[in-house]
Amino acid sequence: MVRSKNNDAYMSATRGLCMRSMMELDQSCSNLREYGSEQSLLSKPDGSSTFVQGDTSILAGVYGPAEVKVSKEIYDRATVEVLIQPKMGLPGVRERAREQCVRETCEAALLLTLHPRSSVTVILQLIHDDGSLLSCCLNAACMALMDAGLPMSHLFCSVTCAISKEGQIITDPTALQEKESRALLTFAIDSVECNVLMSSTTGSFSVQELQQCIAISQKASEQIFQFYRDSVKRRYSKIK
Amino acid sequence: MLFLHFYCENKSFSRSRKYTNTGRSRCFLAMDTIHACFKEKIGEVLLPGDVFSFRLSESGDGSIKTEKIICGPGLRRNGEEVQVCKSGILRHKQPNMYWIDSQQRRYVPAKGESVIGIVTAKSGDIFKVDVGGSEQASLSYLAFEGATKRNRPNVQVGDLVYGQFTIANKDMEPELVCIDSCGRANGMGVFGADGLLFKVSLGLVRRLLAPQSEIIKDLEKIFPFELVVGMNGRVWVKAKTVQQTLIVTNLLETCENMTSQQRQTLFKRVAEGFL
Repeated sequence: MVRSKNNDAYMSATRGLCMRSMMELDQSCSNLREYGSEQSLLSKPDGSSTFVQGDTSILAGVYGPAEVKVSKEIYDRATVEVLIQPKMGLPGVRERAREQCVRETCEAALLLTLHPRSSVTVILQLIHDDGSLLSCCLNAACMALMDAGLPMSHLFCSVTCAISKEGQIITDPTALQEKESRALLTFAIDSVECNVLMSSTTGSFSVQELQQCIAISQKASEQIFQFYRDSVKRRYSKIK
Repeated sequence: MLFLHFYCENKSFSRSRKYTNTGRSRCFLAMDTIHACFKEKIGEVLLPGDVFSFRLSESGDGSIKTEKIICGPGLRRNGEEVQVCKSGILRHKQPNMYWIDSQQRRYVPAKGESVIGIVTAKSGDIFKVDVGGSEQASLSYLAFEGATKRNRPNVQVGDLVYGQFTIANKDMEPELVCIDSCGRANGMGVFGADGLLFKVSLGLVRRLLAPQSEIIKDLEKIFPFELVVGMNGRVWVKAKTVQQTLIVTNLLETCENMTSQQRQTLFKRVAEGFL
């Protein structure tokens, strides 16, 4: 299901939708593109969500805790499986690498010991890629896991930083900015203590630049967590 | 019965933990501020990772007042803190019960809950029943009213059964029975010769099973029908004609996201249109 870019199509209160425009932080250049999300849009999965960052859009569906094949079952915890489907063709090695990043982050956040010998499956469908793809996948996965009601010890969100050839740090880069950058860093941040859960980097950068990027990502993650809170509040406002 | 399963983890704490008959666990935490911490947030939407932490109050005479708090679904104890592990609204029931009311579709078996299951296999002395959880439940053929080794119950693959869980925890295979502790069926057992089985979310099921359910009262006014509600989100409906059955099904599926006014106007419209 692909949504058009009309504002009225997004403003659907029954499904808990929230949109935020570009925000600027202090002196650090952590500008995030316009982001939005929608929860519980699919009827078959136990939890589903879309996450849109600028033009990048991902649809996530979660099934769990469900039956697991005996070959894959773990005796004391749930088995997390992540599948990333690209827009065209079959999933390749690049998708497998992203799946591993998403899976490790989900395993850190979920309380897997509450559901031994069962499986949690996260399926991510790429709708449009315009940069910051891994971040968008992680954010969509987190919202879908929340929607499915799986027990989690904390939430996570993800921010991508690109370091341009001149040394400028750009957050949430577009595909064009990513191509022209000399390094690309993606961090997954947790909601309780703002620690880094996962980092995926390509390119060359110095230690100072790494630390700067981590600080900028942690700052930007606060906005995203506030957005999660607002989305969920909006979703439950009708139930009260 | 709004909720029947409780998670309350006790990690090497000096207080004692007691299991009552219904499988609840209570934590004994000593503070004056515990209720205050929770009370501020009742009715608010909380997210996983939100923490209620308590500090032992040092009172002058050395005595510590103990208060019991029962943490329901969605709340977990982590040493001296209570963590929220599901997103939802914090609810309170007098005198000391707190839980997170969340919307979920997937059922997790819990002891004492009554569910609708579908028999999938017969093997030796037990039936395998699909209850919508991560594992299939087992139902012994002796767990029916009046069943003996010679007098086996008439249950076929594909039948619907309404039963209760006697064993349902994360470590063991869940077990169903269709008799109560006195050996009587009490409404449980095989059912559903006609009628329609469909799935709704767990939140709607809890609202239907609440003591003075408004949805049921409104539905009764339209026309008579039989209804079986399982805590695993499965609902079975049977009315006089197929058309009426489908009308009730559609009404139940759509009234989930409606406020009570919208629901009452919809039901009135259907009742008028039907008559």
